[in-house]
Amino acid sequence: MKARVHVMLKDGVLDPQGEAVRHALGSLGFEGVTGVRQGKVLDLDLEDTDVEAARARLGDMCEKLLANTVIERYDIEIG
Amino acid sequence: MKAAVVVFPGSNCDRDLADAFRQAGADVAMVWHKDSTLPEGVDVVGIPGGFSFGDYLRCGAIAARSPITAAVIDHARRGGYALGICNGFQVLTETGVLPGVLMRNAGLKFICKSVDLVVETCESAFTSGYDRGQKISVPVAHHDGNYVADDGLVGQLKAENRIAFTYARDINGSAARIAGVLSENRRVLGMMPHPERAAEPAHGGTDGAALFRSLVDALVRA
Repeated sequence: MKARVHVMLKDGVLDPQGEAVRHALGSLGFEGVTGVRQGKVLDLDLEDTDVEAARARLGDMCEKLLANTVIERYDIEIG
Repeated sequence: MKAAVVVFPGSNCDRDLADAFRQAGADVAMVWHKDSTLPEGVDVVGIPGGFSFGDYLRCGAIAARSPITAAVIDHARRGGYALGICNGFQVLTETGVLPGVLMRNAGLKFICKSVDLVVETCESAFTSGYDRGQKISVPVAHHDGNYVADDGLVGQLKAENRIAFTYARDINGSAARIAGVLSENRRVLGMMPHPERAAEPAHGGTDGAALFRSLVDALVRA
């Protein structure tokens, strides 16, 4: 089973890297980009066969390691 | 007085930290990250600067889940002393032993220079050798030293007198210019600046030495 985890900064947490990308886009002439947020995508190969059990395990992985939930939120996609 | 310094793959200030503890009069044991216990009778654990596990995922994230770190958390929960410097501070926030998060510097640049710090409290074993409000010069060397804490947390840290050091001038965007924070029981200190790099005259400054001296003296008396 394949799973994809998206980790993004929570709304309201300033993202200096996203801001730098936004500025760089502006200086390349891409106008009208009013916001950029940078995050992470993690692709996982799992031996799990039960989707719900895998989802629960992935949630646990996010809480324990993949995301720092003080400043980050995560989304789990399976399949 | 016994100190232990944890060594992760990618730690690079471990020997400097051990030297600073030794110079202040402590016996020092180096502890490898795969060990699951601290040496018997350790009074203080030092978590050094560096780039543990290559800063992969997030700074300090993987080190925070190492076997030795479980022992360090346990030591802190039992009322033991711990000092996390730079990457060590990032590790301690990742474990939740200290609150807040260290994010990328607001200016996105790696900052490597001596900066002025203000000692915000002398009510801890780490800071009792300074005067409140004293300015000290200590080197910083970090890319992710921007201390993020919401207004509620900053207010709480202020009310509980747990901000140990602030930057005299903003360098990295840290909330309330916080450079170092204490745990609730004031026995765990995390700070981004490197007092171990200002511990002997050859370093070009000795303002960091008082931190190690007062800590070792307090623990010898205890």
